[in-house]
Amino acid sequence: MPRLSANRSSQPAWLLPFVIIVVCLLSGLPLARLLYAGLRFSLEGKATGLFSEPSTWFAIRNTLATATGGMVISLLLGATFAFVVTLTDIRAKGFFSFAFVLPMMIPPQVTALAWVQMSGPASPLLKTLGIAPPLGSPQPLYSLGGIALLLGVQHAPLVFLALKAGLAALPRDGVEAARLAGASPMRVFRDVIFPLAVPGLIAGAAIAFVSGVGNFGIPAILGIPASIFVLPTLIYSRLSSFGAGTFAEMSQLSMVIAVIAGLGLVIQQRALRGRDYRIIGLSGQSAAFSLGWRRWVSEAGFSLVLFFVLVAPLAALLASSLVPAYGVPLNVQTVSFHAYSEILFRQSVTLTAFANSLFLAGTTACGLLLFTVLTAYLLARRPGKLANIITGLIEIPYALPGIVLAVAFILLFAAPLPFVNVSIYGTIWIILISYFSSFFAVSLKPVASAFLQLDPSLEEAACLSGAGFGRRMRDILVPLIAPAAGASVILVFLIASSELTVSALLWSAGTQTLGVAIFNLDDSGSSDLASALSVLVVIMVVILMLLLELLAKHLPRGVLPWRN
Amino acid sequence: MAQLILNHLSKDFGTGRPAVSDVSLTVREGGFLALLGPSGCGKTTVLRMIAGFEQPTDGSIMLGERTLADASGALPPEKRNMAMVFQSYALWPHMTVAENVGYPLKVRGITGAAWQARVKDALSVVQLEEFAYRRPADLSGGQRQRVALARCLVTSPDVVLLDEPLANLDRHLKAAMEETFRAFHARSGATMIYVTHDQGEAMAMATDIAVMSEGRLMQIASPPEIYARPEGRVVGGLVGQGAILDLALPDHGPRLVPWPVLEMAFRQAAGPSHPVLVRPEHVVADPTGILLKVTSCVFEGERFALSLRTAGGQHLKAYSTHALDCGVLRPFVIRQGWLL
Repeated sequence: MPRLSANRSSQPAWLLPFVIIVVCLLSGLPLARLLYAGLRFSLEGKATGLFSEPSTWFAIRNTLATATGGMVISLLLGATFAFVVTLTDIRAKGFFSFAFVLPMMIPPQVTALAWVQMSGPASPLLKTLGIAPPLGSPQPLYSLGGIALLLGVQHAPLVFLALKAGLAALPRDGVEAARLAGASPMRVFRDVIFPLAVPGLIAGAAIAFVSGVGNFGIPAILGIPASIFVLPTLIYSRLSSFGAGTFAEMSQLSMVIAVIAGLGLVIQQRALRGRDYRIIGLSGQSAAFSLGWRRWVSEAGFSLVLFFVLVAPLAALLASSLVPAYGVPLNVQTVSFHAYSEILFRQSVTLTAFANSLFLAGTTACGLLLFTVLTAYLLARRPGKLANIITGLIEIPYALPGIVLAVAFILLFAAPLPFVNVSIYGTIWIILISYFSSFFAVSLKPVASAFLQLDPSLEEAACLSGAGFGRRMRDILVPLIAPAAGASVILVFLIASSELTVSALLWSAGTQTLGVAIFNLDDSGSSDLASALSVLVVIMVVILMLLLELLAKHLPRGVLPWRN
Repeated sequence: MAQLILNHLSKDFGTGRPAVSDVSLTVREGGFLALLGPSGCGKTTVLRMIAGFEQPTDGSIMLGERTLADASGALPPEKRNMAMVFQSYALWPHMTVAENVGYPLKVRGITGAAWQARVKDALSVVQLEEFAYRRPADLSGGQRQRVALARCLVTSPDVVLLDEPLANLDRHLKAAMEETFRAFHARSGATMIYVTHDQGEAMAMATDIAVMSEGRLMQIASPPEIYARPEGRVVGGLVGQGAILDLALPDHGPRLVPWPVLEMAFRQAAGPSHPVLVRPEHVVADPTGILLKVTSCVFEGERFALSLRTAGGQHLKAYSTHALDCGVLRPFVIRQGWLL
């Protein structure tokens, strides 16, 4: 008699324990360590000095002010773009969407650097145009307002995407019914569209706020020179001036960040309560209002905004990478590729950074895929409470501000590993593990939605054909989810290769990443080298995004963050 | 090959109501069993338990002497030597027709000329040889169906399972596919289990019909048997055309009720009532009969379908060779009824 296994739908017995162990190691362990440290230090009263220092309170105030200001700017920009692009007959929608979302994919420290190069008295762009303010006048962006403005620009795409997803589901027939009932387009917008769009607006605002709280690149470039500290940069400066109470302070400060971010999400939950409008009817093609002559105005306005948030900063970045020295105007005589040859061929620091970032991003993207495919398969085949807990655990490290995650990993690996007595603190491996934790959710999403879209009978047919688990994976499942797996690899690579926040806390000599190298070069006054490196990063980002665009038609909906 | 035995099979998904409860039946070797029932009656769950995609919470499934599944464990589907035609056909879009059909062989380690020959053979049975190198996306619904069938054919399986395979086809194609299934069954000699909610399909193809309702097996019998002698209201209402009348009949009479007894029941209203199934072909116009009111008359091509109402307000169906006006009273005789 054949042996009967108690195994449901012939999944291998090791799959569930394997996924649980991986998720616990990558997510559960660092989170638990951080929570434990925060609570222990609080109870022992080790970091009490922290909250009697005015600088802590200044940082908290600055964090709240810049995150709130940034959220308001994001809302204004993102909502306007989303409403016009989804609801009207404006042309070049695809182009506007792509261009508007691009700032989100550009690393924040590069955005900040580009804006500094665009607006200061030493701006090569303004000098070339002859409209630069006199030397010695203050850089207007080195202020709370500047930080808030840039946070707003950086996170406006988040509002745009949250709102666009909601508006795309808006039923065309609902709008048409309102028109037939006699409502003018403005009236329809006020009475039908806007109320239905409110949940998307609230969700977008919350994401923008939380991202603003956790952002490190922008306040680091704009705030540190003017001694304006927010919580993430305060943690960074505490780690730089390493002292006896550093771990206690850092874990306390990260708890404060986590609490502020958490409060933002709680407010979102409260605001969303009772606003769960299930859309009934045909949603598909969304309503298109004819703008008439205002179409030209909108298109011109959009182009102008895009010029200021995208074209001008990037042009300034390019210009300052091409000038031979700080403060020299750019023209045919002065143009020089010195900075590029320096970072690509001479500076060992940037070369190491390239090697490190490519290694980290490549290993994270490909290595995570292995876990991701197995986890996504399990989540699709075994839905339920356990699956929700696993998904939640995977998403927390990504939702958490990077600086908080970095502190968690410092606490976890500061002491040598038990049993083997090797310390990975200060090596590239601690960055790699943090990346695995941080980007698990990014890697999982495309693959998980591909598995959910897959007709389960395709696998069942293979089962009955006699194929075991490994065979089914290789012959049936992996070929069918391959486009999503490709998107997952490129997305993780895209985000990880220019990542700054996590590596800023975890790097040490020889393990600096591209993000850290840009930041350090700018910090040490080599803005031309920093700009050149940033230009290369932007080019890489755009190429990877275009690569994903090519894959787009083979991907499940919602996989690419800039398309829905 | 051996007979397939379901022994007190039950499945509870924990929703409060068991999806399948206490189903026992035996499919004889080489039999063609249709599992018939309305949607949600548990027939697909039974099929999936036979395939091994679900594990029974109670009872067991045996194939001859082998236990395939019971409450303590289940043989995984890949070890059961079964094949299935899915409602969605489940063709792998990244493989050609030949690769789809030949996959079970490939898994069993058959390659090269033997593989080629057997795939070609299977495709010739469903008349799709010239489509071997197309992708499933380039085929029509009926062609995809036949590819799925060829995939079942290629490795002589012990049991072939069919999950509403004709549900997505138009009427014309259905008739042709029914013929293909019958031929397939005759040729392969495999035991076949066919899930459907269409009693016409079940009657046309199966050697046995099992009617299920709300997770329970109501009756299992051959098509003529189940048509002539259905058990209970559910089976009577589900199998074949007909109307169920509530008539005052003497207790313990014969199940097959002749016209005189029926006529008497119509004349006397009092007494305990019993459900009686009346097939439309047994309701014929006859001047000696009772008067029934024609409530509708629908032309069906070969005949007219009549809806009739008795004086007591009960409804009947009948056929007529010519049209009748709505609202007229006509005499009809009910040749026989079946006490459910």
